[in-house]
Amino acid sequence: MKRDGLYFLTPVAAVCMAAMLIAVPATAETVRIGFVTTLTTSAGVIGEDMKNAVNLAVSHLGGKMAGKEIEVIFEDDGFKPEIGKQKAEKLVKKDDVDFVAGFIWSHVLLASSKTVLDSGKFLISSNAGPSQLAGKHCHENFFSTSWQNDQTPMAMGEVLNQEGVESLYVMAPNYAAGKDMVSGVESVFSGEIVGKDLTKWGKDRQLDFSAELAKAKASGADGLFVFYPGSAGGAFIKQYQQAGLKDVLPLYTVFTVDSISLPKFQSASMEGVLGSKSTMFWAPDLDNAANVRFVRDFREAHGSYPSFYAAQSYDTIMLINSALEQTGGNLDDRDALRSALKQADYDSVRGRYTYGNNHLPIQNFYLREVVVDADGNWTTGIVRPVLENHQDPYAGSCVM
Amino acid sequence: MDWHLLIAQLLNGLQLGLLLFLLASGLTLIFGIMDFINLSHGSFYMLGAFVCATLVEVTGSFLAAVVMAVIVVFLAGALVERFIARRIYRHDHLDHVLVTFGLILVFDTLAHLVWGSAGAAIALPGMLNGRVEVAGFVMPTYRIVIIFAGLAVAAGLSLLVTRSRLGMLIRAGASDRGMVTALGVNIDRLYLVVFAIGAAMAGLAGMLIAPITEASIGMGNEIIIVAFVVVIVGGIGSIRGAFYSAILIGFIDTLGRSYLDDLLGLFLSNQASETAAPALSAMMIYILMAGILAFRPRGLFPPAGANR
Repeated sequence: MKRDGLYFLTPVAAVCMAAMLIAVPATAETVRIGFVTTLTTSAGVIGEDMKNAVNLAVSHLGGKMAGKEIEVIFEDDGFKPEIGKQKAEKLVKKDDVDFVAGFIWSHVLLASSKTVLDSGKFLISSNAGPSQLAGKHCHENFFSTSWQNDQTPMAMGEVLNQEGVESLYVMAPNYAAGKDMVSGVESVFSGEIVGKDLTKWGKDRQLDFSAELAKAKASGADGLFVFYPGSAGGAFIKQYQQAGLKDVLPLYTVFTVDSISLPKFQSASMEGVLGSKSTMFWAPDLDNAANVRFVRDFREAHGSYPSFYAAQSYDTIMLINSALEQTGGNLDDRDALRSALKQADYDSVRGRYTYGNNHLPIQNFYLREVVVDADGNWTTGIVRPVLENHQDPYAGSCVM
Repeated sequence: MDWHLLIAQLLNGLQLGLLLFLLASGLTLIFGIMDFINLSHGSFYMLGAFVCATLVEVTGSFLAAVVMAVIVVFLAGALVERFIARRIYRHDHLDHVLVTFGLILVFDTLAHLVWGSAGAAIALPGMLNGRVEVAGFVMPTYRIVIIFAGLAVAAGLSLLVTRSRLGMLIRAGASDRGMVTALGVNIDRLYLVVFAIGAAMAGLAGMLIAPITEASIGMGNEIIIVAFVVVIVGGIGSIRGAFYSAILIGFIDTLGRSYLDDLLGLFLSNQASETAAPALSAMMIYILMAGILAFRPRGLFPPAGANR
């Protein structure tokens, strides 16, 4: 063991520690937001997109909310529920943040929510929308700037009905959100579901869908509905294209084709994805002042379109800001802060929306299509609205 | 019974099995000969995929990129053996696990620094991107390519192990390490070559799968567990065992995913079979491993004379 060799690092360590001590200016004049997302693993690219959007929102606010400095602490959940919970605990206990936000994954949010809510902090989901937190386990301090998992596939079910699709094959990963997505499309789709695959997810998730695609093709369904978020979406689309299913089995997706995966598809010239349909509460080309500014500045800073994850994260910061503006920066009056949050009195990038009794948005859903924009970039464009002022189906079982 | 579907699923199972074999053959040799538990074997799988993606962009040729990337991963394997693994062969298994787990983190972070977190797609040449049709039966061309490449490498490896001097030493090392050393074989060089070949094979598996699933950080960690199952089922140190158990596990996994819900549907309610099937098909290979450990603890094809 040559421990001596490392002594030259001692001054470096000292400097680092000093820097850490200086960088904690927490005062009453600061609003602290903990943001849990995935910054490592293959899903890290989603977390980076969210982080960029949060930082853009902070700079649009001039770094201040109601006169208080904004301090955002980003934490990496490593795509694992147990780590997400640890990080939430750290944010609540050590950093004593005012809000815990973020959360891409439903299973991570479900594992972390109790820790945050039991501490009396506000929890704002910037993506995950598990049915549990919308229904039976709803909480007065839980809010969402995204959607409940079932809603987007419900909108897709409506589209399938409108397009006269009579039989459907369904594929999704086997975890909390995947099950919600499937139940969402099943509850609205009026045709027959001829086959369904819930594939392995988690530490050794399945990314080779050869067996499922062969089954889907043999089922003779009119359409294929899939939910594969993150890098699994890229893998799925590639195999769908390689299997040559575009003309045989039209693809209908939710949260699978996004602004993160499209540039990659374009560079690998996977034309199979062009024209594929998805539903969403938002699109980069949604025409309102807040969204135009958000998309323009995001593209200027990062060269690519923001994803829906980014849009929701941007809204998270803007929602918190709107509440603080209303309470005049008062963070101690929880009741005033809660009722301010509940009003959703801000210009969301999706346009104005309201909160239901379970603090999930009541909002519009649109059909989107993969198109080529004026500069030749692949992006998604709105085709038509599908559901208006839609509320999730679990709101009824939420009592608070 | 839909015969087309069954044949397609058997071919899919074969393709998965061959990829697992590429990954597991190196693992089983390193485990069997050096008695070294290499959790970071999956990192070479990831490295192969990323290096190949970059080389495809630079050279524009998939084949050239694969050939060069195999060499790069071979060298990376040799470096890891020479400077890290060699120092801890004599330590116990816990140290192997700790060090190679650390290596996983190092490789994942390196990949993050070099290639970013977005992962990398590999564009296939047009002729590989299409489909082959034989008597009304359609398969993606590239999956056929994987099957042939996997079979070719398996055949080559089998020749190497059964017909060459190096192979003789490898077999001898797997059977009785102490005796090989005692006979004055340059054991350091043997270990180096075996480790690097194993890494290159894992890298090749990564390169072959990347055009299907993309190169992504941590991709090796997702599959290394299954590769260990292959090694244990096949018998530690046995190339032949790794081959048959990889194919077996490929079939079990694919056919489980394909037919288990229909099968369970025969005697369970629709709802119950829908929920039980994915869970059960994810468990099947582990059930197989448990069975093998109970009834043939040394695996299906333990190396001749192995006394572990």
